[in-house]
Amino acid sequence: MKHQIVGDVASLPDAAFSHRTLIWWGVLGFILIEGTAFVLAGGSYFFLMNHTTPWPPHRVPPDLLIASCFTALLLLSEIPNVWTDRVAHAERLIPTRIGLAVMTLIGLALIVLRWFEFQHLNIKWDENAYGSIVWALLFLHTVHLLTDWVDTLVLTVFAFIHDLERTHYSDVADNCLYWHFVALAWLPIYGLLYWVPRMLK
Amino acid sequence: MSAALPREPGSAEIAALDAQLQRTWGTGRGLWERLATVDHKIVGRRYVITGFAFFVLAGVLALLMRTQLMKADHELISPDRYNQIFSMHGTTMMFLFAVPIMEAMAVYLVPLMCGTRNISFPRLNAYSYWVYLAGGVMVWIAFLLNVGPETGWFSYVPLAGPEYSAGKRTDFWAQMITFTEVAALAVAVELVATIMKQRAPGMTLARMPLFLWAMLVTSLMVIIAMPAVMLASSFLISDRLIGTHFYNPVEGGDALLWQHLFWFFGHPEVYIIFLPALGMVSSIVITFSRRTIFAYTLMVLALLATGLLAFGLWVHHMFATGLPRLGSSFYTAASMMIAIPSGVQIFSWIATMWDGKPRFQSPLLFVIGFIVIFVLGGLTGVMLAAVPLDLQVHDTYFVVAHFHYVLIGGAVFPLFGAFYYWFPKFTGRMLSERLGRWNFWLFFIGFNVAFFPMHILGLAGMPRRVYTYPSGLGWESLNLLSSLGAFLIGVSVVLFIINVMRSLRVGEPAGDNPWDAPTLEWAMSSPPPPYNFMHVPVVTGREALWQPGPRQVLEGLSPSHREVLCTTALAAEPDIRQPSATPSLWPLWAALATTVWFIGSIFDARAVVWGAFPLAVCLIGWLWPTHPEPFRERSPA
Ligand code: HEM
Ligand SMILES: [Cu+2]
Repeated sequence: MKHQIVGDVASLPDAAFSHRTLIWWGVLGFILIEGTAFVLAGGSYFFLMNHTTPWPPHRVPPDLLIASCFTALLLLSEIPNVWTDRVAHAERLIPTRIGLAVMTLIGLALIVLRWFEFQHLNIKWDENAYGSIVWALLFLHTVHLLTDWVDTLVLTVFAFIHDLERTHYSDVADNCLYWHFVALAWLPIYGLLYWVPRMLK
Repeated sequence: MSAALPREPGSAEIAALDAQLQRTWGTGRGLWERLATVDHKIVGRRYVITGFAFFVLAGVLALLMRTQLMKADHELISPDRYNQIFSMHGTTMMFLFAVPIMEAMAVYLVPLMCGTRNISFPRLNAYSYWVYLAGGVMVWIAFLLNVGPETGWFSYVPLAGPEYSAGKRTDFWAQMITFTEVAALAVAVELVATIMKQRAPGMTLARMPLFLWAMLVTSLMVIIAMPAVMLASSFLISDRLIGTHFYNPVEGGDALLWQHLFWFFGHPEVYIIFLPALGMVSSIVITFSRRTIFAYTLMVLALLATGLLAFGLWVHHMFATGLPRLGSSFYTAASMMIAIPSGVQIFSWIATMWDGKPRFQSPLLFVIGFIVIFVLGGLTGVMLAAVPLDLQVHDTYFVVAHFHYVLIGGAVFPLFGAFYYWFPKFTGRMLSERLGRWNFWLFFIGFNVAFFPMHILGLAGMPRRVYTYPSGLGWESLNLLSSLGAFLIGVSVVLFIINVMRSLRVGEPAGDNPWDAPTLEWAMSSPPPPYNFMHVPVVTGREALWQPGPRQVLEGLSPSHREVLCTTALAAEPDIRQPSATPSLWPLWAALATTVWFIGSIFDARAVVWGAFPLAVCLIGWLWPTHPEPFRERSPA
């Protein structure tokens, strides 16, 4: 079969940001998967709640203080997150390094808070179905917190020992996108675990 | 690259480019190179062969069941063993054969049909295969050691809960789910990214082959549906291992939660198996009628509608649980509605064949077999969507007959058609047409002899999942007939395997495009070279290879580094060049770490925590950002 060369793609860029790249679509796919899991886990919470009065069965909802500190810090973390995203798009090395380092530290603080949050649920997973679903939701979110933190840590270490190319800046931006998801997914879970039982009272 | 465009590459230039691309994209023969390969064709081939092996294994179990049921009061298989056998048959067919093999065909075909050099995430793809293999091997070893699943393919609680299914049997089932769903989800993400970003320039959405549409919708369905079953089985295994109470009514749990989560996945699952088959059917119908598809837009809409409706339907599996009446009526209506898009597609295929010049070769025979069987299966399905009838035949052989008509008719027949159709591309050789006809007719007759009597047995009251039945109920002769039919199917599958073995050695050489098909996977030699396309193909019409004039291509992708072209999502205009992953052993190590993690947690719940560390190490090794090769400097071709 005769082939006719009608154009040349060599002049196209070899890196870009957001939906122009493959990785972005991959990240989006995984966000969809995990978002579905969150929605279904939340649905399970309601399903079990509808079958149980009172809710929680032992009438003691999880303590508010630590979880609210966690939520506040998570929301505040969006400021450096958005900023990191910006400087990564601008491909500025030093600010990107700073942003990554700040995000790593905040992530670490959040993980520590989360550790204490687990201690203040006022229920164990094996006491009743309420305890099971509360632990499941918190566990599910913690997995995301940890994976994104490890990812941020790896990028930070890499950024400090190398110069960054555009593909790496793009990776940083995708990591910021994933962090939006981790933060956003938390809000409904926070409402479910901490406020729904209080509103039912 | 200074020569003026357009131009035709000379043969010396082509030979040099081929040599260089072979070096860049080829996989050597050494063991490590094979284990590290990320070529979607090699991984896809492995995936297909493994899926087929599981089909044969599950088929052997089916024959065992049919041997046991051949006569009344038969004592060949003990009740406990029978439980494991039907559970393993259903589980293997659904989770290890049907979904994986459809995705596997797509792993091989989608990048070729898109006109690109590799799948979007080649290492994830390799990882997915290893994880799938590990999950399948795990559950089969457990089965052979007498700790196989025993509670059916949907493992209803409380039967599958800690009280009634003691020991590790159901734990292996639940972890098998985790393995296979991780694998399936990974492939789904790869396929979406490949189809959205790596289509050849000019392949706008409106020019996408229907197989790509089918795989796009399927992958999105996998992404929405599979998390439900992973969640359900994680809840189950934690009820069993660490004492949670999701499904334990005594402590506020609810067994119906399992059913909702499972069928939120389980019903779309049938369509996840079925939609790729529809894509295959469309490909075959177009090629063998030598005509573009009738009502393309309607076909695309039908695929989308099927995908959407499938999610409205899960409750119809639960009519027997006493839902509110209005709810039931709604689901009955929705269940019947899904007949519409299926009907549209069937009419369109028939119209295409009617108007074209059909060549009745093996692939098309299987497609016609599919249409016949599927119409019958759909009829009984619409019957089951009516609540009163469902309650009557609930858990009888009528249901077994129905879903085998849908699954074998709707998926296995198109799949065999697809094997005959794409085998020349995979291997460079044709399958024997004569054996193909025997294969088809034995399968078609055997299938109907095996499964049609089951409808009658079901109406006569024979329950499913019984290891034997007493004599004197009038069920003997139909059961015997059904078993004979099953053996005919067995013979026909053996013929197929013989056909493959023979053709691999002495089959007629296929050439690039033996069927004169219109899609891009037929544009290169058979089997395709490791780099798929020497130049980036340009698509100028819906049937890419049927367009008049010389084939247009673009040059400029690096010959010395793995690079693919990304186009815009809708209009498929060239946008950027992206590096494509090089071979790596990390996916294999990561899959092994995943295996240790998942199996470890069956035996010790603490493994859920410590097992994550080796995996994290592997993932960091795998994803550690590489410094981009100097792919800016390009060598003149
Ligand atoms: C090829 C010939 C096949 C034969 C002879 C066969 C035979 C059977 C029989 C006799 C049963 C009923 C067991 C019982 O209720 O006691 C059964 C169940 C089942 N089969 Fe097949 N089958 C075949 C192929 C398939 C295929 C291709 C699939 C799916 C793609 C499939 C999926 C299932 C499922 C999901 C069940 C239900 C298992 C359960 O009750 O948990 N079968 N099969
Ligand atoms: Cu269904």
